[in-house]
Amino acid sequence: MAIHIVDRRLNPGSKSLENRQRFLRRAKALVQGAVKKSSQSRDIKDVLEGGEVSVPIDGMDEPRFRREGGTRDMVLPGNKKFVEGDILPRPNQSGGKGRGAGEGDSEDTFRFVLSRDEFVDLFLDDLELPDLAKRKLAEVESEGIRRAGYTTSGSPANISVSRTVSRALARRVALRRPRREVLEALEAELLDCSEERRAELMADIEALKTKMRRIPFIDPIDIRYRRFETVPKPVAQAVMFCLMDVSGSMTEHMKDLAKRFYMLLYVFLKRRYRHVEIVFIRHTDRAEEVDEQTFFYGPASGGTLVSSALQAMHDIVRSRFRPADWNIYAAQASDGDNSYADGEVASRLLTDNILPVTQFFAYLEVGQENGLSYEMPNSALWTLYEGLRANGAPLSMRKVNERSEIFPVFHDLFQRRGQQERTGS
Amino acid sequence: MTATDQLLFEGADWDFRTLQRICDACEQIARDELGLDVYPNQIEVITAEQMLDAYSSVGMPLFYKHWSFGKHFAFQEASYRKGLMGLAYEIVINSSPCISYLMEENTATMQTLVIAHAAFGHNHFFKNNYLFKQWTDADGILDYLEFAKRYVAHCEERHGRLAVEHTLDAAHALMSHGIDRYPGKKSLDLRAEEKRAGRRRAHEESAFNDLWRTVPTGPAKSGAVLDVERRRQMLGLPQENLLYFLEKTAPRLKPWQREILRIVRHIAQYFYPQSQTKVMNEGTATYVHYRIISRLHEQGRLTDGNFLEFLQSHTNVVFQPEFDDPRYSGFNPYALGFAMMQDIERIVANPEAEDRDWFPDIAGTGDTMGVLRDIWANYRDESFISQFMSPRLMRHFRMFHLHDDPGERAGILVDAIHDERGYRRLRRELARQYDVGFIDPNIEVVDVDLAGDRRLMLRHTVVKGAQLTEADTKRVLQHLADLWTYDVSLVEADASGTVLKEYVANPRKIAAVA
Repeated sequence: MAIHIVDRRLNPGSKSLENRQRFLRRAKALVQGAVKKSSQSRDIKDVLEGGEVSVPIDGMDEPRFRREGGTRDMVLPGNKKFVEGDILPRPNQSGGKGRGAGEGDSEDTFRFVLSRDEFVDLFLDDLELPDLAKRKLAEVESEGIRRAGYTTSGSPANISVSRTVSRALARRVALRRPRREVLEALEAELLDCSEERRAELMADIEALKTKMRRIPFIDPIDIRYRRFETVPKPVAQAVMFCLMDVSGSMTEHMKDLAKRFYMLLYVFLKRRYRHVEIVFIRHTDRAEEVDEQTFFYGPASGGTLVSSALQAMHDIVRSRFRPADWNIYAAQASDGDNSYADGEVASRLLTDNILPVTQFFAYLEVGQENGLSYEMPNSALWTLYEGLRANGAPLSMRKVNERSEIFPVFHDLFQRRGQQERTGS
Repeated sequence: MTATDQLLFEGADWDFRTLQRICDACEQIARDELGLDVYPNQIEVITAEQMLDAYSSVGMPLFYKHWSFGKHFAFQEASYRKGLMGLAYEIVINSSPCISYLMEENTATMQTLVIAHAAFGHNHFFKNNYLFKQWTDADGILDYLEFAKRYVAHCEERHGRLAVEHTLDAAHALMSHGIDRYPGKKSLDLRAEEKRAGRRRAHEESAFNDLWRTVPTGPAKSGAVLDVERRRQMLGLPQENLLYFLEKTAPRLKPWQREILRIVRHIAQYFYPQSQTKVMNEGTATYVHYRIISRLHEQGRLTDGNFLEFLQSHTNVVFQPEFDDPRYSGFNPYALGFAMMQDIERIVANPEAEDRDWFPDIAGTGDTMGVLRDIWANYRDESFISQFMSPRLMRHFRMFHLHDDPGERAGILVDAIHDERGYRRLRRELARQYDVGFIDPNIEVVDVDLAGDRRLMLRHTVVKGAQLTEADTKRVLQHLADLWTYDVSLVEADASGTVLKEYVANPRKIAAVA
């Protein structure tokens, strides 16, 4: 029967995946804009869920020669009352009825769904970690091994059987080692043959056997071992310190803002480093390391001493995270309150102990919902940090009041600062 | 022979044995009763997702990679997910073997319809219509697409993705003007194409000698100014196949760029017959599935229930909304084609006096399938309509012709209706709507300024005042200039030679680098 029926349903799907990626690459700028816009209105948990974005279609269209205007003739079905010679008034817009949908320019935007990974990639794509110097420094710290060809010596565990056997075969062929079948044939012939032939055969067999002994099946020179090479592997681990003021003046809203910021930072670091640890330090007038739950939701009360948190961070770094091995990031969230007496201590801790070992230190000042922070005088902590920054300390600081500001602020802080900072990762 | 009065299936479920039974039953009717002559069939069952995949690569099972296909995929996927768009029940590919894709969610009745429609109706048309014979090489197309895919991937490896993408973008923009409209001396042999490209590459590599690169070229020979006529003749001008012209004469294209233009051109050519035979192709397939399934029902191999399910789908397919219906979007090729095929059947089998006047050659001859097979083999939409649209059918569709002249202030003129005075004019106008000569703008290369700045000169002959849209035209010309690597000008002139508009495009730097 000539008819051939094939079940293709189990074939791997998404044949178009590569075309889709090409399209996304091409539309990157447009899609990125759309991603930013849609992420502003989302919750932090959903922000990384992917989803639908709409992209303006121009710039993505494929031009063709097209015509418009001119005298048009058309034949239509369904005449009811017209007779030849009738003049019909034009509809207000020319065209109207009787035109097929145009080829591409009928849609000004089109919507499509991005997967989670595509979304995150696009969302974080133009962000860059500041100060990657340490990462380069740390590159020689650990070594990995990699296969690298073959060698004539090595441990028996690393014998490459296939390579050894194929070399042995080549050698046997080259030296004309007698094959077993030839020997067997002669021996079979020996079983029933005439006397004079027997002597001849015996001699032949003996000669073959000697030759076989002289040319072994596997010779030590055939043996090859798999060779391994050590390669330096960059240290790819980071620790993220979350410092937060939990004194009474911090409202739920402020904590929520801080939490959003930390989550973004975590997602971002996670994308760059294989291993990311988080340390939560909360403080009132005393600081303590806590777990996440306590950090965000645990009750606490007391005054405010920022230096206590900085001191705690410094101690933890010293005891657990050797700056040579770890990329250290810190983000501090606070409503800005601090006792005036503490300023001196805090600034010394920062400039002498903390800033030198961290890649990045961000200070996020969270304000009241609908708070008019720009009309308020600068807070104690803000004034303090601004002073430090004016003296050249690498501090990043922003004020945030609304949920929707978190993304722009985050984005702002990590924007790529010029290509020379980038390492080829 | 197994008993033909056995039911093929009951209910809506099917399995692969059912499909085989359906195919065998359809084939028997198609071959013995309708006298169809088809390529070997290959039927592939696919999922909705695979159908979307196939959509985005213009229905072909394999295709080279390009972002625009990804765009179509994203667009179609989005509208499919929202339920704006249903998916086709099948896709059929003009190849040998003829591949039909069937959706897995079709019911058994739908599978029968689709098999009769695609695997026998379209398949017969592909194999026998003169346009397809002339312009497509069904045996070679799948191998050629495979070659094209490999070649483009290979180019991307050697020359970079971006350079290839630029070339493909430009080639796609000119795709509708990469078609030979008149048959040449030799028929297309896509298998030889692949070998040719391979040989060319091998020759290039073997003949490469770095010395030639450093040989001084000397001053240009300026004295011999070719006269215009001779020059145009040597360049083969005027030339309406822009891609062909670029491939052969663009001065600074790399060999691989020429090959890519050639690939795009061949693929455009492959689809050329399909755009000219929509009504006939769908009409044939619809007529064939209608005949086959009615016959199956007559033979008692289809239950009444399944037959009614078939009739419902069939009626939906051949539904023609009237012009003032919100669903109207032009003539439905299935409806028009099917109605014409049935009308011809009636004229052949049992004509009226009017039909004998209009169609003396076929009226009353009695051999319906003979007449239809001859028509399917030798006509395209335009000639088919202009010869076989009967007055009866024009009355049935209640057709009328509108003439919309923007210069006429009073309004749109009803030029002809379905009456004795109007039949011939109506038919001529309708046929013209399907004439490729009128559908695509007529743009030709008219000259190249070889003595001067090598400007490539194009002309658009304006028909009935329809000029090119400006934004699109500029972009297409930009692509053209990038390939030509010198200036390109386009003049729009009407039949009397009056110039209406002129465009000039300068090549961008990237093209020179690529």
